Amino acid sequence: MQPVDNAFQEFLFWLLAAVTVGCAVLVVVVRDMFRAALLLIASLMSVAGIFVLLNAEFLAVVQVAIYAGAIAILVVFAVMLTRDVPEANRSSPIAPAAFTMAAVLLGALIYSIMQAEWDLLPEDVPAPLAAVFVDTPARLGTMLLNEYVLAFEIAGVLLFAAVIGALALVRER
Amino acid sequence: MLERLLILSAIVFCIGMYGVLSRRNIIAMLMSIELMFNAVNIALVAISRYVTPAAVRAAGPTEANAASVLTGQTLAAFVIVVAAAEVALGLALLITLVRQRDTVDITQVNLLRR
Repeated sequence: MQPVDNAFQEFLFWLLAAVTVGCAVLVVVVRDMFRAALLLIASLMSVAGIFVLLNAEFLAVVQVAIYAGAIAILVVFAVMLTRDVPEANRSSPIAPAAFTMAAVLLGALIYSIMQAEWDLLPEDVPAPLAAVFVDTPARLGTMLLNEYVLAFEIAGVLLFAAVIGALALVRER
Repeated sequence: MLERLLILSAIVFCIGMYGVLSRRNIIAMLMSIELMFNAVNIALVAISRYVTPAAVRAAGPTEANAASVLTGQTLAAFVIVVAAAEVALGLALLITLVRQRDTVDITQVNLLRR
């Protein structure tokens, strides 16, 4: 892959971060449920872009395939269950309290992020680690089927159970 | 670089939390939960990219422990799996609820209060 020049990467990061946060805010404030669903998809797609910037190409593809492909379609179908879609996304009586809580949590999180002493990797990543970042999908696959094979199998069982559970719940009796 | 990604993640997480607590529509709440899952994934991937793993800190960067920088990404993959299972089950519950009570408004679902 051609190395992308740093200033361009900076620009891409701020663009993607702005889209992610902007769309996320709109998801929780717009009244129209259908627009909220589309904005959610936009937000999740720009998260996929951020994953590419962070050398997580595999996760970026998974993000697009699962969130934009599967979850988005499920959510759009669910929106159709709502009556009065353009006005459905109203706030509940506890919205002011929820806003205060979220703001306090955000303040606490930002404070602790800035206070923590992170043990960062050196600016030019040492050779064996840099090799890992070049072919992340292959290394990730090796990892999933070696160290994390048990968790990998349990994830499969979980998905299977979720499918059976969902089918059992919606079955007409 | 790491801090700003973590702050981005914190902002999206708090927006999602505000959405879950403040919306009446259950589908809107599910969508906000998706935002929160994604915020966690941003943090995991960012930490995986920028923070020295414990194995590398202890033994120095070698061929054997190099893959440990991907631990965060592995965890993020599992988070995506759990999120997918959660959405499938959440929407199945939603369909059941619409059939029985004919509403997606969380304030109308107060069966246990009476």
